[in-house]
Amino acid sequence: MGEFSNWDVLRNLLLSVPWTLFLSAIAFVGGTAIGLLLLILRIWKPATVGLVISWYVQLFQGTPLLMQLFLTYFGLGLIGIQTTPLMAATLCLSLYSSAYLTETWHGCVVSIPRGQWDASASLALSLNEQLRYVIFPQALRLSIPPTVGLVVQIIKNTSLTSIIGFIELTRTGQIITNITLAPFFVYGLVALIYFAICFSCSTFGRALERKFSFQQ
Amino acid sequence: MSKFDFSSVLDAWPLFIDGLWLTCLLTIVSSVLGTMLGILCAWAIVQGNKTTKLLLISYVEIFRNTPFIIQMFFIYFGLASIGLRMDAISASLVGLTLNLGAYACEICRAGLVATPRGQIEAAESLALARWQVFLYVMVPPALARVWPALVSQLVIMMLATSVCSQISAEELSYEASFIAGNTFRNFESFAIVTAAYLILAILERKLLLWVGPRFLFGRMKF
Repeated sequence: MGEFSNWDVLRNLLLSVPWTLFLSAIAFVGGTAIGLLLLILRIWKPATVGLVISWYVQLFQGTPLLMQLFLTYFGLGLIGIQTTPLMAATLCLSLYSSAYLTETWHGCVVSIPRGQWDASASLALSLNEQLRYVIFPQALRLSIPPTVGLVVQIIKNTSLTSIIGFIELTRTGQIITNITLAPFFVYGLVALIYFAICFSCSTFGRALERKFSFQQ
Repeated sequence: MSKFDFSSVLDAWPLFIDGLWLTCLLTIVSSVLGTMLGILCAWAIVQGNKTTKLLLISYVEIFRNTPFIIQMFFIYFGLASIGLRMDAISASLVGLTLNLGAYACEICRAGLVATPRGQIEAAESLALARWQVFLYVMVPPALARVWPALVSQLVIMMLATSVCSQISAEELSYEASFIAGNTFRNFESFAIVTAAYLILAILERKLLLWVGPRFLFGRMKF
């Protein structure tokens, strides 16, 4: 077996970073799509729909992501769909993110003062127009800092997909550790790479938060 | 053969109970230690000098911006390789406590910073020592202020104990994988354990929200 230099370790780890970012991106996009749909349903439809959606949120926020990943991976197989780790990871992380995103955004919409709804209703705006011109623009501003926080959470949580066999940064770290037998160095490096990604996101989020809080 | 078969999985119930026990143990011990660590760090950040502040903020940011599983791998495999060996349960406790400490620090700091200046001055004028001011005057209202956020974090940490299965701590998720491997009933086994986690999460939240105002910081109004 050839020698595995420190440079090889770093290079191989960095090569796997795009997979982590890619998975985070589709999870966020998928989560946003489902989350927005649920948000609109929750605002538009009667209380029963809202109740069902809050159960959905509770289900994803009250169980470990690891179990959700296993259930998706084996559940898809059980209903006869040939799964790949990528497919299970994408589906599960999208659903997981959608629960967190929809709950956060719902909080933002609810925190818009009642008077804004009343005022826009008294201008004879339909519900559609109220949301589009009055509520969503204000809620959007409120929602930016917590959404960035959730993005960081999603990036960190993609590491769990290594357990169902998706090869991203964490899995690559495990494989390299099995070859080099230097867990301190390799996992330290993996942590550093995650830190670089997540900390820049967090810092960006804080900057946005400051920017938006000054405007209010 | 039927598609779903819970019977073979349910036969292994003693293993589930073992796992449940360890999950609860990990949760309780690291919740208590982690919260105390968080409060201490928050105090040191609010009151300490520049070096302490920088050091503790680095600790908080490092733990908040890396995945929990990598922290566990680093503590269990990484530290062992440089001579600091721990068994899986101790490593889990260390990892969970440090992780929760970082988040709790951030949460408690927000609560401590919001203490009105007048309350501290009033306490000082009663000749209370600095630690008394902190422990009796600053901490209880701070905890009351941030309790909902802290409870959410404690529940998140309880769910995160499932990751300890990856370093072979034999808690609920580990037992689920073990039983799944023995019975070839993957979905059923994980479904049961997921339901157990859901119930635990709901109970823990209800319990903590009940316990906090009654035993930790009294019924306060702000």
